[in-house]
Amino acid sequence: MRGIGKSFPGVRALEDVSLDLQAGEVHALVGENGAGKSTLMKILAGALAADTGEIAIDGKTVTIGSPRTAENLGVGMIYQEFNLVPALNAVDNIVLGNEPVNGLLLDEGAARKRAEAVFAELGITLPLTVGTSSLRVAQQQMIEIAKVLSRSARIIVMDEPTAALTNNEITKLFEVIRTLKARGVGIVYISHRLEELPDIADRVTVLRDGRVIETRVTKDFPPDDIIRAMVGRRLESHFPDLPAVAPDAPVVLAVRDLTRAPSVNGVSFEVRRGEIVGLAGLVGAGRTEIVRAIAGADIPEQGAIDVQGRAIRIRSPHDGIAAGFAFITEDRKAQGLVLGMSVRENVTLAHLEQFVERDRLIDRRKEQATTREYIEQLDIRTPSTEQLVRNLSGGNQQKVVLAKWLLGNAKVFLFDEPTRGIDVGAKAEIYNLMVKLVNGGAGIVMVSSELPEVLGMAHRILVIRGGRIVREFDRAQATPDAVIAAATGAAA
Amino acid sequence: MKAETRTYWLRAGGAVAFLIVLALVINFASHGTFLQPGNVVRVLRQITYNFIMGVGETFVIITAGIDLSIGSLISLTGVVMALFANATGLHGFALIAATLIVGLAVGGAAGFVNAVPVVKLNLPPFITTLAMMQIALGLSYILSGGQPVPLQSTDFQNTGYGSFLHTIVPIPVIWMIVVLIVSSVLLMRTRFGRYVFAIGGNEEAARLAGISVGRVKTAVYVISGMCAGMVGFLYMSLFSSGSPQTATGNEMLNAIAAVVVGGTSLMGGRGAIVGTFFGALLIGFLDNAMNLLQINSYLQWVVLGGVILLAVVLDELRKRYLKRA
Repeated sequence: MRGIGKSFPGVRALEDVSLDLQAGEVHALVGENGAGKSTLMKILAGALAADTGEIAIDGKTVTIGSPRTAENLGVGMIYQEFNLVPALNAVDNIVLGNEPVNGLLLDEGAARKRAEAVFAELGITLPLTVGTSSLRVAQQQMIEIAKVLSRSARIIVMDEPTAALTNNEITKLFEVIRTLKARGVGIVYISHRLEELPDIADRVTVLRDGRVIETRVTKDFPPDDIIRAMVGRRLESHFPDLPAVAPDAPVVLAVRDLTRAPSVNGVSFEVRRGEIVGLAGLVGAGRTEIVRAIAGADIPEQGAIDVQGRAIRIRSPHDGIAAGFAFITEDRKAQGLVLGMSVRENVTLAHLEQFVERDRLIDRRKEQATTREYIEQLDIRTPSTEQLVRNLSGGNQQKVVLAKWLLGNAKVFLFDEPTRGIDVGAKAEIYNLMVKLVNGGAGIVMVSSELPEVLGMAHRILVIRGGRIVREFDRAQATPDAVIAAATGAAA
Repeated sequence: MKAETRTYWLRAGGAVAFLIVLALVINFASHGTFLQPGNVVRVLRQITYNFIMGVGETFVIITAGIDLSIGSLISLTGVVMALFANATGLHGFALIAATLIVGLAVGGAAGFVNAVPVVKLNLPPFITTLAMMQIALGLSYILSGGQPVPLQSTDFQNTGYGSFLHTIVPIPVIWMIVVLIVSSVLLMRTRFGRYVFAIGGNEEAARLAGISVGRVKTAVYVISGMCAGMVGFLYMSLFSSGSPQTATGNEMLNAIAAVVVGGTSLMGGRGAIVGTFFGALLIGFLDNAMNLLQINSYLQWVVLGGVILLAVVLDELRKRYLKRA
């Protein structure tokens, strides 16, 4: 791949990226969330089209217009979320879309032989005749590998293949990868686990902000250098000054031993009045699950939650709101907004009781007046209070979500990825709003995958890994390298 | 006026204009018989039943659900009410009121049973209400012994067939107007109504906004069952008996047709009671007109089916047009 570039509206995802892969090589691709790894691999797999650049396979320039073309050219993708049909067994999944036929009928014998041949080659045995949904994740992964191999893939992309595996399973996976190498298959290996790279990768390429920072042979690329390349030096000037937390500020939120297996495992922390606590970590570390369990979106198995010193019991989001939480979810379209409703209806949805008159009817004028106040205060760009939120931009939609929660005078705000997918200007406004909230006496828990955001906007940073708090940093001590090291488990 | 409100009134105005033109055309084709006062009143009376069932169904469909049991519930509530009325010693207004309450209670209870598996186990309402459709029909045959249960009291004649103001306004039409106003206010002006739309639009967002999704969903099925109970009451009054054969199988489909033709989205999140009224009116118009024009009754089915299809296709095309604009 040479000089690959790709832009999405408002974002340059890739810029002049070049990557080469030799036969029988494992080439690791690392980078922070949003560095462009997935975009690059989707271009290779034909799921996205590049704006610039070219791809050559075996020295021949090719055009990969669709996933089907990619498959015919010998490119196989194994996504983190598998693409198996759960009700079908291993054999059926492997031949899906390429079923051997005998006239009009499926040739089940031939299909089975084909699957067995691939598994024999990989040196693994699996139950072939049960639905894949009843198999373990590691077994499903092997089926995915077998599936791409049975289509004579010579280039295999693996996206975070070890994320959900146990240590034994990882060892087994690495054996299979070595078998593939010996057969001359080239593998692009995407991973957040830097500690496993020396075991499996021949070379490592670091991506950051859509550019290749460095490619080196693994044994000349120590973890510290990798982290430095991943983090780089960044501008931090667009963050407002955080007011200091008063030394005697009371605790507004205390969480003790919060557990919801498998993603939240005994989490305890406190947030004080006027404090912003950042939860850092990799995707899948359990950060979102922690705030969901606090807000009542999921019910924790165990643990205690105090708000302003009072023990509370939360069995539903309704209880969470009553206890003084405002939960700004990570996916505003799926969880935060009713897209087919107006700005007004979305803003008032969680606190309609404020707009009901004595005759039990909703007072629309009052709704409109309040909505107009927030449109002004948050500078929401909308033609009117009656505009459907579907028609607003991402940043303005996020402000509608914020308005909805500002209405309730919550004591603790839980922000999950508050600035995902919105432009720089709107980001700054949201940061300013957070400062205003803590000045007003609220406590904030902020989950963010953007490292500069966590470093710039949190008084304290809790690093989450495997559903646990693995490290805590004060704002003063936290450096990008240290946070990444703790999050990836590469801590020295 | 705000853009959204304006489009709403434009649509409503468009529907009225369309119906007026249609009525004039039919009137011309039927040599003036269609718009005679007697015939207009007849159409209104005929659509009452379909409209009231459609009201309950509108609530359910806006939450992105469906209720297939309402047709059978007309039979079941009718039979239970007739048995009750014959067994109780009440007379006059007390008898009428008590019987209606029994019918609403039976319908509401059936709606509650419909909702429990939907809410607690997240089962598709298509299945639970399909099961209720069979159960209610079976129960109505068992309770009645398969025969209509004639009402012994004559007190119900006025509630089902009588008229106000020298036979100009039939009683069922009064019921229809009351239901239209009460249900419109409930859906458009109360918290409950707002929550119905929010759940249909995005159930997870509604839940995270603190709405008790389970309670609201339960309520819409109860309302739907109660609407069926009210129609059961009107039919029982009309026929002076409660019969397991009241529901012929078309009632539920016609009610859903009125809702959909009225612009309520089967995907949930969008709809209006007034729309269901226009939907029921359009279907009633066509029914009546085809009878006046002596169109073969088999062909009538084809025409009605075509109208339903046309209505949803036009609505979809309108949505796509708006999205592009």
